[in-house]
Amino acid sequence: MSVAAGIQSSPDTHISVVDLTMAYGDFVIQRDLNFSIQRGDIFIIMGASGCGKSTLLKHIIGLKSPAKGSVYIDGTNFWTSPIDKQERLKRHYGVTFQAGALWSSLTLAENIGLPLGEYTDLSPATIREVASLKLSLVGLAGFEDFYPAEISGGMRKRAGLARAIALDPEILVFDEPSAGLDPISSRRLDDLIKELRDSLGTTVVIVTHELASIFAIGTNSVFLDTESKTMIAEGNPVVLRDHSDDPRVRSFLNRGEL
Amino acid sequence: MNPESESRTPAQLGIEQEKNSAVLLRLTGSWRLRDPLPTADSVEQAIISAGGGTIVFDATQLTAWDTGLLTFLTHVQSLAGQHEMDFDRAGLPDGVRRLLELAEAVPIATDTGRSKQPDSFFSQIGNVALDLYRSGPDMVRFVGEVAQSVGRLFQRKAQFRLSDLWLLIQQAGPEALPIVSLISFLVGLIFAYMGAVQLQQFGAQIYIADLVGIGMVREIGALMTGIIMAGRTGASYAAQLGTMQVNEEIDAFRVLGISPVDFLVLPRMLALSLMVPLLTLYAGVVGILAGLCVAVFVFDLGVFEYYHQTVRALELKHFAIGVIKGSSYGILIAIAGCYRGIRCGGSAAAVGQATTSAVVTSIVFIVVSASILTIVFQVLGI
Ligand SMILES: Nc1ncnc2c1ncn2[C@@H]1O[C@H](COP(=O)(O)OP(=O)(O)O)[C@@H](O)[C@H]1O
Ligand SMILES: [Mg+2]
Repeated sequence: MSVAAGIQSSPDTHISVVDLTMAYGDFVIQRDLNFSIQRGDIFIIMGASGCGKSTLLKHIIGLKSPAKGSVYIDGTNFWTSPIDKQERLKRHYGVTFQAGALWSSLTLAENIGLPLGEYTDLSPATIREVASLKLSLVGLAGFEDFYPAEISGGMRKRAGLARAIALDPEILVFDEPSAGLDPISSRRLDDLIKELRDSLGTTVVIVTHELASIFAIGTNSVFLDTESKTMIAEGNPVVLRDHSDDPRVRSFLNRGEL
Repeated sequence: MNPESESRTPAQLGIEQEKNSAVLLRLTGSWRLRDPLPTADSVEQAIISAGGGTIVFDATQLTAWDTGLLTFLTHVQSLAGQHEMDFDRAGLPDGVRRLLELAEAVPIATDTGRSKQPDSFFSQIGNVALDLYRSGPDMVRFVGEVAQSVGRLFQRKAQFRLSDLWLLIQQAGPEALPIVSLISFLVGLIFAYMGAVQLQQFGAQIYIADLVGIGMVREIGALMTGIIMAGRTGASYAAQLGTMQVNEEIDAFRVLGISPVDFLVLPRMLALSLMVPLLTLYAGVVGILAGLCVAVFVFDLGVFEYYHQTVRALELKHFAIGVIKGSSYGILIAIAGCYRGIRCGGSAAAVGQATTSAVVTSIVFIVVSASILTIVFQVLGI
């Protein structure tokens, strides 16, 4: 109770994770996670492959319920809220999945248009214009009528991002956005994320291994460890790289060189 | 001697018992995978008779080696370990020693979560039973979600694209006509022929018309169509939705607050529940035509005679029963296919499993509901 009260009293906290334990069946992935994400943060979730980063994202966006503990969004406990409240909270999110997760039977424009048609009263022509705009933001202008199978993996990721920002969400969530992107596209993506944060005040949560973008855009982070099955560091990534007490964290952020 | 012919000298193994309780293995010639190599079993004899000590090597005559030598050596090393002998690598070439060390650098993983021993027969049976027990409530929950979605359909709140529905209807209806025609013609043919041979003994061939007409329209048409559609369309639904699950497309719907049941399951269920009864009627007609062919060409009945007998035998209720059965099978196939697809695991192999179990589940559902419906209609006297 005191925790919840504490969260409500801090208006800048957007998401907070309290005593979270995540498990698939009996198999615990991570336990005792505690951190909070401020409005306008670019929050990085890092850790070795298989440590549970994607699983943590699924808990934050309401796809998987915690084994223990809770996730608060705007001070509301997500998993104890009634279903319709959960649905409304979910609408704060725009998510890009690890593989893009575009709907394969729809063209790119239809992929972006589907959530717009669902939650706005825009005319089909306007929806098409919005879709084109979002595609050009991610550098895919002219690909409106392509199906996901007809474009490359990196392009699919960017199209997934265009769909995620279709409804101008308050919270933007990425699972490994730059994996599989060339350096230029990856840099463009960083710029776009920063721009969205600066102009729309979007809170961004990113799972990434890309050290260059971690240091370029990250304002806060958590580090998940596989062996101890919990978080072993929290804070600004640049500060962690230079001043973390934990050799595992410094080694990760310095590409294995201590 | 040129190196090519030198490297072709066959691999030979000399085993010598040294005085200081050592076994010397002399490796000569070319030890490569593609050469015929001595087996480590011959060494085992020497190791057993030595009864302890050290294994040493002389590789001065070795001309070429690759993985073939390495596997031989690891085998010898494990034999040495079993019989408590030391394994002295000093006589081996440098490259061989380094690769053997590399292979030992990371110890064999034991905590990978897999047990070495395969499950015993009884624990496999137990696991299957537990899986069934657990998947029961989950399936009921899924059926509940589908029912809610149908409720939303009638409130005009369900979200799916009409163009999807048209495409699904096209795939489940017209495109299934050739295979349904083929199978129901064949079944009608067999049915008529088998029946007629018996009826002929009483001179009652004309009753083929009753047999084929009522049988096909009321029972067999629906059953055959159901089984064809389970293999054809139910499997394809499971594969489509399973692949979408693997690609996280279903998660993408959930995050956006769009119900995947509304968007994906509902149109598929509508398509099948509309098309399977129509196909059932069609299968009945094709079966009757097949019966007609047998009656006319094999048993010398007249076309009109057969036609009138069929019309006399068939009542509207038979068609109604066929249609009721057809739509129930359609709904069940859609539920089984979509359920297996949406609950699919995260890999290509899981999609294959989902497809298989979609067909099996559909057919089990069809058989169970066919029995229940037949009993119900019997009790109601129709
Ligand atoms: N659906 C699932 N069922 C069971 N275990 C899973 C499932 N998804 C992931 N895992 C396991 O959870 C762990 C973390 O996975 P994940 O969150 O995808 O890691 P990553 O940090 O690489 O994104 C892994 O050990 C993985 O094997
Ligand atoms: Mg991941």
